[in-house]
Amino acid sequence: MKLELRGLTVRFGDRAVVDIDHLAVGEAEIVGLAGESGSGKSMTTLAVLGLAHTAGARMAGSITLDGEELTGLSPGQYRDLRGRRIAAIFQSPATAFNPVFRVGHIAARALRQHGLAGSEATDRLAAAMRSVLLAPDLLRRYPSQLSGGQLQRVAIALALALRAEVLLADEPTSALDVTVQAQVLELLRELRDRDGMSVLFISHDLAVVAEMCDRVAIMRAGSIVEQGPAARVLAAPADSYTAELLAAVPRIGSGASP
Amino acid sequence: MIETPSVPSSSGGRQGVPRWRRAPGQPGLLRGNPLLLAGGAVAVLIVVVAVFAPLLAPFPADAGSATHPFAVLRPPSAVHWFGTDQVGRDVASRVIYGARVSPVIAVFVLLIAGVIGIPLGVVAGYFGGWLDDVIMRVTDVFLAFPALLLALVLAAVLPPSLTTVTIAIAATWWPWYTRLIRGQAASVAGRPFVEACRALGISRRRIIFRHILPNSITPLIVQISLDVGGVILTASALSFLGLGAQDPTPDWGLMVAEGQAYFTTAWWLVTFPGLAILITAFGFNLLGDGLRDQLDPRRVMLR
Repeated sequence: MKLELRGLTVRFGDRAVVDIDHLAVGEAEIVGLAGESGSGKSMTTLAVLGLAHTAGARMAGSITLDGEELTGLSPGQYRDLRGRRIAAIFQSPATAFNPVFRVGHIAARALRQHGLAGSEATDRLAAAMRSVLLAPDLLRRYPSQLSGGQLQRVAIALALALRAEVLLADEPTSALDVTVQAQVLELLRELRDRDGMSVLFISHDLAVVAEMCDRVAIMRAGSIVEQGPAARVLAAPADSYTAELLAAVPRIGSGASP
Repeated sequence: MIETPSVPSSSGGRQGVPRWRRAPGQPGLLRGNPLLLAGGAVAVLIVVVAVFAPLLAPFPADAGSATHPFAVLRPPSAVHWFGTDQVGRDVASRVIYGARVSPVIAVFVLLIAGVIGIPLGVVAGYFGGWLDDVIMRVTDVFLAFPALLLALVLAAVLPPSLTTVTIAIAATWWPWYTRLIRGQAASVAGRPFVEACRALGISRRRIIFRHILPNSITPLIVQISLDVGGVILTASALSFLGLGAQDPTPDWGLMVAEGQAYFTTAWWLVTFPGLAILITAFGFNLLGDGLRDQLDPRRVMLR
């Protein structure tokens, strides 16, 4: 297993917002983490990034990457790993870039942070930009001069250029309109197929999860109530909450008039 | 709308650089902003006068301790444009050399206040929690004192000199900057790109100084330029009260104070240094207002 969480808890004071017995993402696998708002999906991402404390939470349990325990790492070691081995992309790309800098500057700086500078960094970034179907020229623009979909692809390109092994995608498409959403999803699938990236795909959109993921875990109030192959879980849910969640998905034509 | 590398310009509907992104110096930056233009002109004028004071002043020696017992209290004339003072010194020369005193005090005060106030504010805003509480309560204590009174106390304890004035004013000035930038920094710290930086493994120091600071500094730039006038007025007030510059320093505030005794008979002693203070303070206020208009994206977008 590439990324494995065991007995992971994240607490604010006495209240546990995340309490995961076991969740694993295999090599080149896309695992969906679905659940309603406030079920602890995003806190799980923060915990995996070793950043739960920045939100004022305390975490315990075990997180392993390629069998290597991460929870005991020093802040410096964790910082070195963040971005380089575990990358994250966030919900709203428009605000995930500092408006003061050109996106290329931000990207180049992130590469330098992990020991890549000069022409090698430039080449890698250009290649990554092309593989997310963007012209490398766009790196010279400010975030406000790119669309949300373009920015999200720049974020993905950055994860690619850093050769991240695991990508935490925290609702990467919910701020994008539907056509752009489809492009980004397609891109994520390609990353998995072509570059062997493992993806933890966090979403509350079950339709997207069903389309994207190999396996899926359903989260409720911090715990995983059910997990398994996406097709099985979403077609024949074993847990009543999963069934409820599926029933709550609006369908065209099924809405009864009041 | 897939962008291919060969067609870099087909990038959706956001073509062109927005108006406020234009580089300074391009036409249109100043034309639409008479405040900035006028304020900038005054600032440039003061710098020029200060730098070229020896060339501009008709009697450079009069800026120092020279005295002319036979030419005291002469009214303005072709020789002495602004008249002479109670010991016969040329007021025009002293006003010109005064550009090297008050404005320089202002620069140092604002520099010190910025160096103390900005890092404290950014740290308080970014980290929050107990550190924020400690820093902000300390600044509250400073803010609870009337600024001029605190400066007076400090200036009275320390020997009267320009250094004292600078220290005294800077000590009362920094808390405003801490408070201003703390609020900005706290709001920027919660923005998603800061979290994105963390997720990329960017160091905390770098996040604070390269990401939080540039996004919080705009209102402070405006405030600082507005404050140049305020500091000059405060420094002049302290000198006027005898706690700052000492004779024969050609300080505008001191000149007003000394001329006060002769006001009914020799109006020029008070008037010209007073005008210099007025113009400087007014000019920097205009500059600050102009900068605010220029830097505030909401206002600019309306144009």
